[in-house]
Amino acid sequence: MPKVTIDGVMIEVPEGTTILQAARMIGERNKADRHVVPPAMCYYTNLKTSGGYCRSCLVKVSKGSDRDPRPMPKPVASCRTNVMDGMEVQNTTSPELLDARKGVVEFLLINHPLDCPICDQAGECHLQDLSYENGTEASRYEFERRTFVPIDIGDTIKLHMTRCILCYRCVKVADQITDGRVHGVINRGDVSEISTYIQNAVDNDFSGNMIDVCPVGALTDRTFRFASRVWFTKPEDAHRSCERCSGRVVLWLKGNEVLRVTGRKDQWGEVKEFICNTCRFEKKDLADWKVEGPRHIDRHSVIGQGHYELETKQQLLKAPAPNVPELVRNKELKER
Amino acid sequence: MSRKLLFEHIATPGIRGLEGYRANGGYRSVEKALRTMSPEAVLEEVKKSGLRGRGGAGFPTGLKWSFLAKPEGVPRYLVVNADESEPGTFKDRYLMERIPHMLIEGMITSSFAMGAHTSYIYIRGEYFCRPDHRTSDAEARAAGWLGKNILGSGFDHEIHVQVGAGAYICGEETALLESLEGKRGNPRIKPPFPAVMGLYNCPTVVNNVETIAAVVPIVNDGGEEYAKIGIGKSAGTKLISAGGNVKRPGVYEIDLGITCDEFINSDEYCGGVEGRAFKAVVPGGSSVPIIPYELFLKTATGESRLMTYESLADGGFATGTMMGSGGFYAYNDAQCIVRSTWNHARFYSHESCGQCSPCREGTGWMEKILHRLEHGEGRSEDIDLLWDVQRKIEGNTICPLGDAAAWPVASAIRHFRDEFEYHIRFPQKVKDPKHFEKEPFARNPKFATA
Ligand SMILES: Cc1cc2nc3c(=O)[nH]c(=O)nc-3n(C[C@H](O)[C@H](O)[C@H](O)COP(=O)(O)O)c2cc1C
Ligand code: SF4
Ligand code: SF4
Ligand code: FES
Repeated sequence: MPKVTIDGVMIEVPEGTTILQAARMIGERNKADRHVVPPAMCYYTNLKTSGGYCRSCLVKVSKGSDRDPRPMPKPVASCRTNVMDGMEVQNTTSPELLDARKGVVEFLLINHPLDCPICDQAGECHLQDLSYENGTEASRYEFERRTFVPIDIGDTIKLHMTRCILCYRCVKVADQITDGRVHGVINRGDVSEISTYIQNAVDNDFSGNMIDVCPVGALTDRTFRFASRVWFTKPEDAHRSCERCSGRVVLWLKGNEVLRVTGRKDQWGEVKEFICNTCRFEKKDLADWKVEGPRHIDRHSVIGQGHYELETKQQLLKAPAPNVPELVRNKELKER
Repeated sequence: MSRKLLFEHIATPGIRGLEGYRANGGYRSVEKALRTMSPEAVLEEVKKSGLRGRGGAGFPTGLKWSFLAKPEGVPRYLVVNADESEPGTFKDRYLMERIPHMLIEGMITSSFAMGAHTSYIYIRGEYFCRPDHRTSDAEARAAGWLGKNILGSGFDHEIHVQVGAGAYICGEETALLESLEGKRGNPRIKPPFPAVMGLYNCPTVVNNVETIAAVVPIVNDGGEEYAKIGIGKSAGTKLISAGGNVKRPGVYEIDLGITCDEFINSDEYCGGVEGRAFKAVVPGGSSVPIIPYELFLKTATGESRLMTYESLADGGFATGTMMGSGGFYAYNDAQCIVRSTWNHARFYSHESCGQCSPCREGTGWMEKILHRLEHGEGRSEDIDLLWDVQRKIEGNTICPLGDAAAWPVASAIRHFRDEFEYHIRFPQKVKDPKHFEKEPFARNPKFATA
């Protein structure tokens, strides 16, 4: 099995593992090593051929492998590059790489409306996290941003194309999970847009998962729009027996009112079990569900405010810390 | 005087039709290869010839062919890249229009070497208007050069012509394959490379029109003969389409290795400049770095620069450029480098496929900054900003279009920074689009030699 070293931390992984997966394995093994994990905005473990688009997971390969130790000439997308035995990778230990990543964040933001105050995704938005952790304080972009008129994709999903970062995840969902794609990308360059040709409704049992995979507020749940800021809702794990999907979900409650139903996201922000539209959009009564208990929320998340978990103590020990700049700084201090 | 391997009969009357082509030695390479050679022997000749890809990257053709995976029971394809959309490049068009059978001949011979029974011509949409390859293809088929059991050799081959729909990005080989499959022309993420997983997931070789045409003289006369032309790793002849402010624009076949001075100034080729002085040269299509005329003639170390892959690249990006696709254009001193750079940026921004963020967003941003500079609204920080934006695109994208968008901007700032500064200092003057025509820009000698 190939051994790879990322920011000085070594791990042995199965053949065919990508650098990103290897880094996540390191992070899962020891939360203190989470700084080796590159941010990922377009890769999604459960979606085939995802990744490679956003370039936020770029890393520097300073040694290709034991057999061919030459460094790779350009940064590579860690989500689409397999590890080789003896490979050495730099994520946060290369200043040029961090600079390139700052560039990616800035690019992703130049046409983004930054309408977080009125965006349903705020508080659980990966672009917010990415720019907080890897971006600069201010943008140098002063031109008019491109805009689109929001459109309804069917009666449950809203598309705010202005917020889209073109990660292609929803396209892959439409391609791979729902049958019959009526949804794709049209036009090119910075006027490319996600479109459901002639606003065809995406109407099938699993289309709602596009909302969960969208890293930003471009695709939002029309049954939840403007109902509440996510951090004022209380997430609870719950399940029901469902013939279409696993029925294992997260309920976002206000009092006893179910405001929203989503899939369960793991520590990397990915849903492992996609849920059906019936569970997501139609079961909005607490009586429909068997509640398991409060969902574990990372203590660094804004959603964690006022959120109490029974097994806090134990969970905190296992709880992963996010890839925050402090960690990086501490690490650098140690190295000096 | 350069040898004419591709252009020997370019002016011969009737050469466009099969009869005329055949009467002038056409399809000899197919006869020779299919009757007297093994596929391996053809590949060996191509390797010996030192032929390098003429589409831009200059990758050794024989080597590329030898990477082709050959799993049992899986078809292999040859795809000819006739998308030629790089600004400044029009050599493939000339070859295809004037002597269309040469490409078909090269495709049959090359496919024989690869064991490909189907090949495709992916042709730029705008080129599809005159005696086209479908006609030539039909002629060749009627005469038995295509179809089953060609020349009784047992080798079958079919050619299909696919017309593009006007996207520069579809010239990138993997975007081309996507488009050929009927999908949106987005470049694929590599690896896997086309040699392993190309068209319809089968092993595929993508080659430029000129590359495949060059296989004809290589097989006819032998790889060694071809390799005698040129210098070192730049072997054979190259088509250069010359444009801009040269006296004699056109498509020239040159021996690789002639001096740049000869190419731009002798009457056999560009014939120098009309009335004014040369300022800058882009020797290989819009994607390669622009360099000052003085640096085009002589490298930074004072040696004569030659028309070879190596010599044009001498000095790296600091003082050199690239051979690229052979889309050569020169600027006289009435031209504005900022305007031209803006024009390039506009092109790349329009042609970006939009898949990856640095290229999608960065090309548009550069275009806007350059637009502002050229129209007399530039700010003092714009030049550094532009430099930083191009730097953050380069090397960070899926396909080389990102680099191709960054390099012209980087090289323009590197060599002509004073012209950018002029635009900021004299906004009123540059508001007139012909600003340098009336008052040629006197360059700071510091930048002339970089
Ligand atoms: C954006 C872009 C556009 C390209 N356009 C063309 C083209 O129009 N014609 C061409 O032959 N190669 C083009 N190329 C190069 C091809 O990707 C590929 O390298 C070439 O067709 C290989 O053929 P060769 O080895 O014979 O040069 C382009 C590359 C890029 C990145
Ligand atoms: S709508 Fe969301 S999921 Fe779809 S491409 Fe845009 S950002 Fe990605
Ligand atoms: S570099 Fe530009 S053209 Fe190439 S894949 Fe990325 S966005 Fe598309
Ligand atoms: S997560 Fe790897 S490129 Fe987007």
